[in-house]
Amino acid sequence: MWDYLKLVVLGLLAVGAAIAANYARDLAYLVNAVTIMLAAGITFLVVLRGMDEVKIINRNEYMDGVVRAGVIATAFWGIVGFLVGVVIASQLAWPWLNFEALQGMGNFGRLRPLHTSAVIFAFGGNALIMSSFYIVQRTSAVRLWGGNLGWFVFWGWQLVIVLAATGYVLGGTQSKEYAEPVWYVDILITVVWVAFLAVFAGTLMKRKEPHIYVANWFLLAMIITIAMLHLVNNMAIPVSFFGSQSVQVTSGVQDAMIQWWYGHNAVGFFLTAGFLGMMYYFVPKQAERPVYSYKLSIIHFWALIFLYIWAGPHHLHYTALPDWASTLGMVFSVILWMPSWGGMINGLMTLSGAWDKLRTDPVIRMMVVSIGFYGMSTFEGPMMSIKAVNSLSHYTDWTIGHVHSGALGWNGMITFGALYFLTPRLWNRGGLYSLKLVSWHFWLATIGIVLYASAMWVSGIMEGLMWREVDANGYLVNAFADTVAAKYPMNVVRMLGGLLYLSGGLIMCYNLWMTVRAQPAKVTSHAAVPAE
Amino acid sequence: METYSFLREFADSWALLSLFLIFLGVIVWAFRPGSRKVHDDVANSIFRNDKTPAPADDSKPHVKEA
Repeated sequence: MWDYLKLVVLGLLAVGAAIAANYARDLAYLVNAVTIMLAAGITFLVVLRGMDEVKIINRNEYMDGVVRAGVIATAFWGIVGFLVGVVIASQLAWPWLNFEALQGMGNFGRLRPLHTSAVIFAFGGNALIMSSFYIVQRTSAVRLWGGNLGWFVFWGWQLVIVLAATGYVLGGTQSKEYAEPVWYVDILITVVWVAFLAVFAGTLMKRKEPHIYVANWFLLAMIITIAMLHLVNNMAIPVSFFGSQSVQVTSGVQDAMIQWWYGHNAVGFFLTAGFLGMMYYFVPKQAERPVYSYKLSIIHFWALIFLYIWAGPHHLHYTALPDWASTLGMVFSVILWMPSWGGMINGLMTLSGAWDKLRTDPVIRMMVVSIGFYGMSTFEGPMMSIKAVNSLSHYTDWTIGHVHSGALGWNGMITFGALYFLTPRLWNRGGLYSLKLVSWHFWLATIGIVLYASAMWVSGIMEGLMWREVDANGYLVNAFADTVAAKYPMNVVRMLGGLLYLSGGLIMCYNLWMTVRAQPAKVTSHAAVPAE
Repeated sequence: METYSFLREFADSWALLSLFLIFLGVIVWAFRPGSRKVHDDVANSIFRNDKTPAPADDSKPHVKEA
């Protein structure tokens, strides 16, 4: 009965998408409609072929198939995102790489949102979804709630990524930073995200453990807040039902404030709270010691949740935003430093009494460096939110350096740690293929980040100083193009840093692949791998 | 602008006060007497049920896995 309903919905979706493709008013919409038609068609066939099968759900096993798929997707999108990052960094250093034949598709402006969305939402999003599913099952001691709904979340999210990515290069964007997906992709994101919330909360509700472990608090806060941010920031009215363009409901400074309320909390709740949830599970597990202070983790959680939501206005210093709002954002950003460092100390001190593991276990080294970068960027961020500092740093490469020390250092490294932790466990292998390769990855990534961040500090402060330099008569000394020319060496170093980071990622993929391929399966009393 | 003024005044008076009190309450609750035992138990919960879910009809969920 349920399967028939699925077939009806999928069939209608495929036909509807075909009709929409026929009436499409722009290329991005056309390609997206065809993609949706194909996705619905393939899913229709999969459901149809599985109609007669008797589905056996073993409640005595965790649902790890979807987590395994998440591990693969995280590694794959990571490489894609890093690669596009290296390409656009090269385009900035050598503008002739914006090939004439690819104008309007392969130039920096079209590829830049592809890079940011690929690393944040494809790499980071898949990392969050798969670790949420892994962590919530283990800490609740029950199988994932909702059966195949978990698979819907996984495939729905991949569809969102493909629709957004193909849309960007063809010009389908609503021009909001980190919220570029157009209106119908936003609707799909909402549906997938609500399913994600249902799976996560459903599992928590039937948990066997009396308490909800702190990692789940952070992950749940991430899911709920992102839902709220997404809905408010994407209030838009489509120009046509058959086109990708839409008009924002709010305008002017209200729209700017909503955008940066969204933008900063995407950092705060997606890239911070969610990844802190990963930290609070994977670091104690890898160190084989409970978290340093559970009390501190509770205070860390509530302080972060209460403060982060107000920090957004620091993106709009010296604009049309009222002064009080921008001061409020600055003050909350500075206060936010304390809970951030509380969390950092909690993560690092989890290793107290086990510091020797740093010498022997490159995975824990990766996690510790990730927490170190978390501490560094959560110090740099509040400092840059101070108006006087911001007047120098804003619109320069310093901001980009700050974002990357957070994203590559904190989000990237903790995700790599999680992937190294999960792969042997999910595929039931004795251990990783090579710890030496993990060390290689660690050093390549760390040196890459250091090169990237230091190049951007030099370049950003230089830009800021050049832009504000005036001569004795009060005229600006430098033209904008002068700063672009002066940045050339730093842009090359930045590209090199990204290249090292990408090579580290490729080494990781090889290592994980060989772990699954070459390592013998661990002999256990249960069946080797749960059939999923 | 009546609604705006009202919300603005409410936000920086009663709402601010109540959120701050809730936050203080959370901290006091975290440090309540007897919380250490609970927190130690929760902090160690990640080392249980690593391979399989807790058995369905188990009256004691805190079975330590070898």
